[in-house]
Amino acid sequence: MSGIILKDLDVWFGQGANRVDAVKNANFAVPLGESFGLVGESGSGKSTILRAITGLAETWSGTIIIDGKTLGHKRDSEFYKTVQMVFQDPYASLHPRHTVDQVLSETLSLHGFDDIENRIDKLLLDVGLGPSFRFRYPHQLSGGQRQRVAIARALAPEPRILLLDEPTSALDVSVQAEILNLLTDLRAQRGLTFLMVSHDLSVVSHMCSRMAVMQNGYIVEILSVEDMRGQNASHPYTRHLLASSLGFTSSEAAQ
Amino acid sequence: MSDPSQPNLLEVEDLWVRFPTRSGVFDAVRGISFSLGKERLGIVGESGSGKSMTGRAILRLIRKPGRVEAKRISLEGRDLMPLSEKEMRAVRGYQISMIMQDPKFSLNPVLKVGQQIMEAYQVHTKGSNAEARQKTLDMLEAVAIRDPERVFNAYPHEMSGGMGQRVMIAMMMIPDPKILIADEPTSALDVSVQTQVLDIMDKLVRERGMGLIFISHDLNLVASFCDRVLIMYGGRIVEVCDADKLHEAKHPYTRGLLNSLPQLDKPCDKLEVLKRDPAWRDEPSVSGVL
Ligand SMILES: Nc1ncnc2c1ncn2[C@@H]1O[C@H](COP(=O)(O)OP(=O)(O)OP(=O)(O)O)[C@@H](O)[C@H]1O
Ligand SMILES: Nc1ncnc2c1ncn2[C@@H]1O[C@H](COP(=O)(O)OP(=O)(O)OP(=O)(O)O)[C@@H](O)[C@H]1O
Ligand SMILES: [Mg+2]
Ligand SMILES: [Mg+2]
Repeated sequence: MSGIILKDLDVWFGQGANRVDAVKNANFAVPLGESFGLVGESGSGKSTILRAITGLAETWSGTIIIDGKTLGHKRDSEFYKTVQMVFQDPYASLHPRHTVDQVLSETLSLHGFDDIENRIDKLLLDVGLGPSFRFRYPHQLSGGQRQRVAIARALAPEPRILLLDEPTSALDVSVQAEILNLLTDLRAQRGLTFLMVSHDLSVVSHMCSRMAVMQNGYIVEILSVEDMRGQNASHPYTRHLLASSLGFTSSEAAQ
Repeated sequence: MSDPSQPNLLEVEDLWVRFPTRSGVFDAVRGISFSLGKERLGIVGESGSGKSMTGRAILRLIRKPGRVEAKRISLEGRDLMPLSEKEMRAVRGYQISMIMQDPKFSLNPVLKVGQQIMEAYQVHTKGSNAEARQKTLDMLEAVAIRDPERVFNAYPHEMSGGMGQRVMIAMMMIPDPKILIADEPTSALDVSVQTQVLDIMDKLVRERGMGLIFISHDLNLVASFCDRVLIMYGGRIVEVCDADKLHEAKHPYTRGLLNSLPQLDKPCDKLEVLKRDPAWRDEPSVSGVL
C-alpha cells in the first residue's frame, strides 16, 4: 500500500511569458510507513511538490494519490486529518498576534478534539517546550522555539502522513537531534509516512531510506540511503552535491 | 587569519540585552565581551542562547521594551552607545549591515525584490537608476540566482526559501559595509549554492578587509569557514576557540553540540541529545577579545 504516489506531476506558476515551470514530470511512490527525502538545488521545486500535495499550489497536472485516494484540485478537512505539513519558514507560518496557546487550541478544536488543555500541555512537552511558553507570542520566541511550535501544530490533528519542509534547518543541532529523534519515535509508534525536504544530506540520510535529487524542476535521480552514504551516485549533480557537503574550501585555497 | 597587530574593527565590552517581562527581567545576553578584526568570527550555540540578540544589539535593533546595556560598543574606536537614533541610522547598512535570520519577514511583501535591493544600494551611493539596476542584477548573479531578470521582477512570496535568503544577502552586501553580521545566512541553501555564497563573503573579508560575524548552527560549516568561534550558552560565552580546533573543543556543552550531529558516514538509530548542566549558566563569561 502506497502512502503517496506522484505520476507525471507538473506544477507551474503564472501564465504566458510569465509562466514558471517549477516542477517538471515528477514521479515517485512512497509506501505507507516509509520516510522519503527530497534534496537538491535551491529553487528546484522541492517545496512546490509539497505545496501541490497540500493544495497550496493550485496549477498542476498529472496524478497525486494519497492513501489510496486520487486527489482533485480541492482538499476537504478529512484530507488535513490525514496529511499535515511543517513549513520551511517558521516566521511566516505562525500568526504574529496569536499566542502559542491560541495556535494550538484553534487547530485542536478545528479538528474536533476535546480535552484541549491536556493535549496542549502534552504537545508542548513532546516538542521540548515547557508550559512557560504557552502564552508567548511568536516575537517572544527564538527561531528554533518557533519551529517547535509549528511542529506541535502539525502533530495536533494526529496525521498519518507528514510533509516536512526543512523541519530542522532553523534549529540548533541539539534541538535538531531532539526533533529528529521525536519524529523517528512518532513514526515508529504511529506508523507515520514522511516526505521530507532538507538540504542537509546527513539529516536526510539519517531520516530517510530513499531520496529524490532535484535540479531545476526535474528529479534527476532517486537513490537509496546506502548509495548516498557510499557516495554511489550516478547523476553528476548528485555527485557534485555529495562533494560540496564535505565542508567549505575557499575557492582561493582550491586553486 | 586575524592579525593581532591590526586594530580591531569592533570592540564590545560587557554587553547585556534585557527584556522586562511580567515575571521579572529576562536577560537574553549577560555581560559578554569580544572583538572583531578583519576576520570571520563565528558565533554558535543552542537555540535561545542569545546569538541573534548579540547581533541585533550591536545595531541597536532590539525591540522595545527590550534594552541594550554595554560599557562600550566601538566601531573603529568610536563608541556607538551614546549615538542618537538618527546617527545610528547612518551606521546601519552603510558601515555595519546585518543579514537577518528571517529573510522573508525582513523584506517588504508588496515591493519587487529588485526594487528593494536597488534602494539599499542608492541609500548610500548617489548612483543613477540604470547603474543601480545593473549592480543589482550583478549581485543577484553573484549569489547564484539562476535567472536574475525574473527574480528582479518577483515579489518576495514568489521566491523559494533559499532564493529569499540570497536576496537578503545581496541586499546587505551591496552597500559594501565594513562589518557584516550574518545571522544563519545559509541555513536554507543547498550545499552547492552555499559554497558560492560563502565564497563571496570570504572574498570580502580577504580582499576588502571586511569584518564578518557569522552566526550559525552548522558546526561543521563554522569549523571549515571561520577563523575564530565564540560558543554561547544562556546569554554568555562559555568557550572561545580557533575554528579549525572546534572539533577538539573542551567544554562539555560544545562537545554535546558536536556529538548531536548526524553524520553521513556514521549511521545510528538515535542521535545523542545534549544533557544540560544548570551549573553552566553560572560560569563566568569567557572573553572573546583579541
Ligand atoms: N507563488 C509563486 N509564484 C511564482 N513563482 C514561484 C512561486 N512559488 C515558487 N515559485 C518559483 O518556483 C520555483 C521552485 O520553488 P520552490 O519553492 O519549490 O523551490 P525549493 O526547491 O523549495 O527551493 P529552496 O531549497 O530554496 O526552498 C522557484 O523558481 C520559485 O521562484
Ligand atoms: N521580546 C522578547 N521578550 C522576552 N524574551 C525574548 C524576546 N525576544 C527574545 N527573547 C528571548 O531571548 C533569548 C535569546 O534569543 P535569540 O533570538 O538571541 O536566540 P538565538 O541564540 O538567536 O536562537 P536561535 O538559534 O533559535 O535563533 C531567547 O530565549 C528568547 O526567547
Ligand atoms: Mg523550499
Ligand atoms: Mg537566532
